[in-house]
Amino acid sequence: MSTTEIERQWTTRLRKRAAGKLPPEKLLPDTQPAYVSSWIYVFGVTTLAALSLVILTGFILSIRGPQWWHSSSIGHFVNSMHLWSVEIFFFAMIVHLWGKFFMAAWRGGRTATWMTGVVTFLASVGAAFTGYVSQTNFDSQWISTQAKDGINATGAGSIFNVLNLGQMLMWHIVLLPLAAVLLTAVHVLLVRIKGVVPPFEEKTGATK
Amino acid sequence: MSTKPFRPDVDAPEYKGKYAPYDIIREGTIAVIVVGLLVVLLATLFGSPDERAITIKTWSNANPIDFATTALGEMNGSTITAQYGGPYNTAAPGQNLGPLKLAQWAGVTIPVNTVRDFVINPLSSVPNDPDLKLALAQWKGANSAQQTSWVSNYSKGAAKMTWSHGLINVPATNVGPVPTIINKLTQMARSGALDQALVTGSGFYTTNYTKPLLFVADGTYLANLAQKQHLLGSQWGMMNETGSYPGQAWLWLYTFWYQVTPFSTSSNADVQVSALMGLLSLLLLLLPLIPGLRSIPRKVKVYRLIWREHYSA
Amino acid sequence: MAFLWSLAAFIPLDNYGHYIHWGVINISVANFIVVVLMIMTFVAALLLPFPGRNRRKGNQ
Ligand code: HEM
Repeated sequence: MSTTEIERQWTTRLRKRAAGKLPPEKLLPDTQPAYVSSWIYVFGVTTLAALSLVILTGFILSIRGPQWWHSSSIGHFVNSMHLWSVEIFFFAMIVHLWGKFFMAAWRGGRTATWMTGVVTFLASVGAAFTGYVSQTNFDSQWISTQAKDGINATGAGSIFNVLNLGQMLMWHIVLLPLAAVLLTAVHVLLVRIKGVVPPFEEKTGATK
Repeated sequence: MSTKPFRPDVDAPEYKGKYAPYDIIREGTIAVIVVGLLVVLLATLFGSPDERAITIKTWSNANPIDFATTALGEMNGSTITAQYGGPYNTAAPGQNLGPLKLAQWAGVTIPVNTVRDFVINPLSSVPNDPDLKLALAQWKGANSAQQTSWVSNYSKGAAKMTWSHGLINVPATNVGPVPTIINKLTQMARSGALDQALVTGSGFYTTNYTKPLLFVADGTYLANLAQKQHLLGSQWGMMNETGSYPGQAWLWLYTFWYQVTPFSTSSNADVQVSALMGLLSLLLLLLPLIPGLRSIPRKVKVYRLIWREHYSA
Repeated sequence: MAFLWSLAAFIPLDNYGHYIHWGVINISVANFIVVVLMIMTFVAALLLPFPGRNRRKGNQ
């Protein structure tokens, strides 16, 4: 087998590209630029932590199915943890968003990082909404019968039927979490590839 | 190297300064532990809301007249569902966004005929009731002009509807089987059988509650309970949760538009607000590409606080 | 363990909520607290000194 044949393999090319873009030192760096010194930087990680707890508690709720939590005090407690991790998730994500906005963290080829962030935010809003309508209680009855008007008015209601519990539960536990997690993975990998955005240059120039 | 001028809101200066140790895995672990403890604390302190679902049974027992009025509305075509349009029926064109009749174009994909689906079919599933059987036969044997005339005669007296000895009474004549139909449906509802008939209409297994939810939402019982919980759209209810729990606060802007003109008085508010929010989401998505907007952070200088150590170095 | 869980929700928030009306604005106290906490957290994150910078300066 000639080396050029190996060089031309899709597998080889993919590996080389991946290793070039994201060598281990970039994927798991042990240093950061000295300007990375503010509490605002912890909100991305906090969002990530909250997201993992949302998913973990969601997994536990899944074990015994969508109505378990109505009749079990353990189930209700897990549901409470699911709800509060969602509240913290959005809380941290929004503070993160404000922080990244005021740093203009899209500079230097980081537009895709910003955009994957925004799409993750929108997917998360959808995931939370479908969760609310999958509760199988008074809240879900009210929210679904109200929300149907907004969604039907756009024509989307012809496919996305918020009154169909099975459909909403599938979106809530399969499609939207998958989207949120994949988008988050791309988002975080992009941050690692690009590195953390440097400060604006000022006349008194500290960027040496 | 490109000779393009440096654009401060698009390009980033090259950093040639110092690097310092930063343990991201340790940071992540601490974050999971702290958030985990906070979640357990909040869940233990406050729990989470779980107001029981209402049923057509609870509704019709709590307020038989509201139930019977709604059932009559399903027959005379005056309820929200009966007059809805797409995706349920063709009773109305639905909302439009200027020349875009999105709801109408999307078509009827979830057909609901309120007379057939909410009244006649559920009653047809009731066994061993000769009076009902007779009434249904009379209804099904009549032409639609006759049916309409019975229903509208009955509807004329409906404002004086009373409930006594387990019966709905309406002073009206020439009403054919309508009083029997309304009374039998009310009895069926109060027994809980209507809840079942509406979900099992499509077979043994179902995960689809479109019909019972539409029916329940046509009455005033659900909305009255929601109003007490401050959940109505006019109460910014989209953001709110039952009880005094925080809700979907991130929907603040979405629900805000409904409160102000022109949306608060528009009959196309739903589609207009959706379109506006879509546009604003697009602006947020494309912010890095929009001149002016993308300069805001550089101009407001909050970044000087974030990187103050760097600038003072 | 089950005993612990049966104690869950020391301060259940199931009673009807309180609401703040201010012109067109109408927000539940719970949501208001969340929003205020969010803004306070953001401001605190901007203002509070990030720990470890002295150590880090020493390292370099
Ligand atoms: C599930 C939601 C999200 C997660 C888990 C997440 C996670 C992260 C993490 C871990 C980082 C690196 C550390 C940091 O700088 O904080 C980061 C960076 C970043 N995030 Fe997010 N994020 C999310 C949503 C968003 C949103 C909604 C936006 C903005 C619209 C956004 C914009 C950014 C940008 C621009 C960076 C690059 C920062 C830099 O280069 O300094 N993210 N994100």
